[in-house]
Amino acid sequence: MAGRVKTDRGYAVYLIPGVLASLAVIVVPLAMTVYTSFTKWNGVGEQRWIGFDNYTRLFGDSLFWGSFTNIGLLVIAMAVIPTLLGLVLAAVLFDYVAKKFGDRWAGLFRSGYYLPQVLPVAVTGIVWSWILHPSYGSLNKILDTVGLGSLARNWLGDEDYALYSVMAVMIWFQLGYPIVMFMSGLSRIDPSLYEAADLDGATWWQRFRKITVHMIKPEFYVVLVTTTIAALKIFGQVFVLTKGGPANSTLVPSYFAYENFFERAQVGYGSAISTVLTVLIVILAFLFLRLQHRSDSLR
Amino acid sequence: MTVTAPVVKRPVEQAAPEAVKHRNPVRWVVLAVLLALLLLMVGPLAAVAVNAFKSPADYAANGPLSIPAGLYWDGIVDFWNRVDFGRKLWNSFVTSLTVAVLGVVLSILNAYALGIGRVRGRVWFLVFFLVANLLPQEALVYPLYYMSKEAGLYDSLIAIVVIFTVIQSAFGTYLLTSVYAEFPRELLDAAAVDGAGKWRTLWRVVVPVSGPTLAVLFTFFFIWTWNEFFLPLVFLVSNDNQTVPVALGVLQGDKMMDATTTSASALIGIVPAIIFFLIFQRTLTRGIAAGAIK
Repeated sequence: MAGRVKTDRGYAVYLIPGVLASLAVIVVPLAMTVYTSFTKWNGVGEQRWIGFDNYTRLFGDSLFWGSFTNIGLLVIAMAVIPTLLGLVLAAVLFDYVAKKFGDRWAGLFRSGYYLPQVLPVAVTGIVWSWILHPSYGSLNKILDTVGLGSLARNWLGDEDYALYSVMAVMIWFQLGYPIVMFMSGLSRIDPSLYEAADLDGATWWQRFRKITVHMIKPEFYVVLVTTTIAALKIFGQVFVLTKGGPANSTLVPSYFAYENFFERAQVGYGSAISTVLTVLIVILAFLFLRLQHRSDSLR
Repeated sequence: MTVTAPVVKRPVEQAAPEAVKHRNPVRWVVLAVLLALLLLMVGPLAAVAVNAFKSPADYAANGPLSIPAGLYWDGIVDFWNRVDFGRKLWNSFVTSLTVAVLGVVLSILNAYALGIGRVRGRVWFLVFFLVANLLPQEALVYPLYYMSKEAGLYDSLIAIVVIFTVIQSAFGTYLLTSVYAEFPRELLDAAAVDGAGKWRTLWRVVVPVSGPTLAVLFTFFFIWTWNEFFLPLVFLVSNDNQTVPVALGVLQGDKMMDATTTSASALIGIVPAIIFFLIFQRTLTRGIAAGAIK
């Protein structure tokens, strides 16, 4: 097919609006951010070239390393746990619940689990800051009611627990996405594969490992990449739940950059943080794409 | 918590006739675990909804876990009026709708050139749109903020519309190009035989045939733009221009936000999202699958 179609100059004009708009909104601002990361600038006055000073300062800044440690834990909460748990849940819903209880039950569970994903992130933050509130929050009230009052905490206000609370909220928020993705992937598997496995006397777990996991590898990689990148970019929930506090215990790179841009007027330093984050995300995306490509060609 | 007991029982009764055949405790354990998880996922939202209808006195006396003594609308109404919530809904709606329409149009134009036109260097264009789609907004925010101030578009919905049209269409271009790459050539050839030019072929043949995919893109763009927080937070500083998530987000930690007001604010943030979800549900589940393949 492709060989028959010749490239045709007449189509290039259709790219003009898209290219111009992308230049103005993406290419030029990105280049400006990278340039600004090599300068000292408060946003209004003169922009002064200082070479790599922002970066040397950054790599010596414990807040910067702290924010990346936090993001590492958030990748576990937003990518690793939801992907693995979602895989098992999708397989249970598709291969067990749908068969034993009917498709409607599987659909009901899927919609219910997916519900948090449709809410604005800021709103999920409000819901959880209400539940986790130290004095009037439901969680502490529930603990009190069942006689575990001693476990009540200031979940978001105590620096020993704040990050774990945010992680728990993020697992809640993310879980539905892999379930929906994996279930749609499972629906393209030929049912006769499962029937053949049944005839051979395979257990549910064997079928899960040999068929399910193997067949939805493409979805698995897509989910892992997109959720990992979403974790690296997390801003809204942190802004609403903790504002990076207490004592920077939930600081993440995006919030760290935001603070430097708009609260401390250290635009050069903020740009350096953003640039590092961008480089990290782009490298990760390419690594995942390579990995996905390799696993495709291995099959 | 008392609300949940009947929910747990109902499936057991309904499924009972089938269960007579093979009584297997495993299936009930699986069902119980799944229901407990469902409760964990939906429970927080239900709790917010219930408490939004309590009076502060009711809440103070009975706490967050009781059923409201009566339907108390004042908390919601007061909050709605105080933040002028109708205005925020309108801002969000206009912005999301415009971005969805313009974003789809821009995606169509790009994908027409890349997927069907196969212009030179299309692989590099695609890599560019993929990377653009992955970029953290922090890497763009300050120059955009600076440029919009220079252009007199700071604190204006126009700036938000322009920025999100481009960001969303980066994803749209990527997805739609892979769809258009497999567009049936016979249809294009037939249009050419009929004497239709490229422009006419695009709007009379390509767009109508790819309608379902475009509907999915429209839905994604609308909901994503509605839910956006970071850039609107930076750009829309005045009360009159805020979108729903920004208006609700910046009020957190405000002294006036007591327990019932907070749940009222969360509820009026949840309701529009759930309405969209119900309206768009079918397109969405189809669309997530479409995104998964390519």
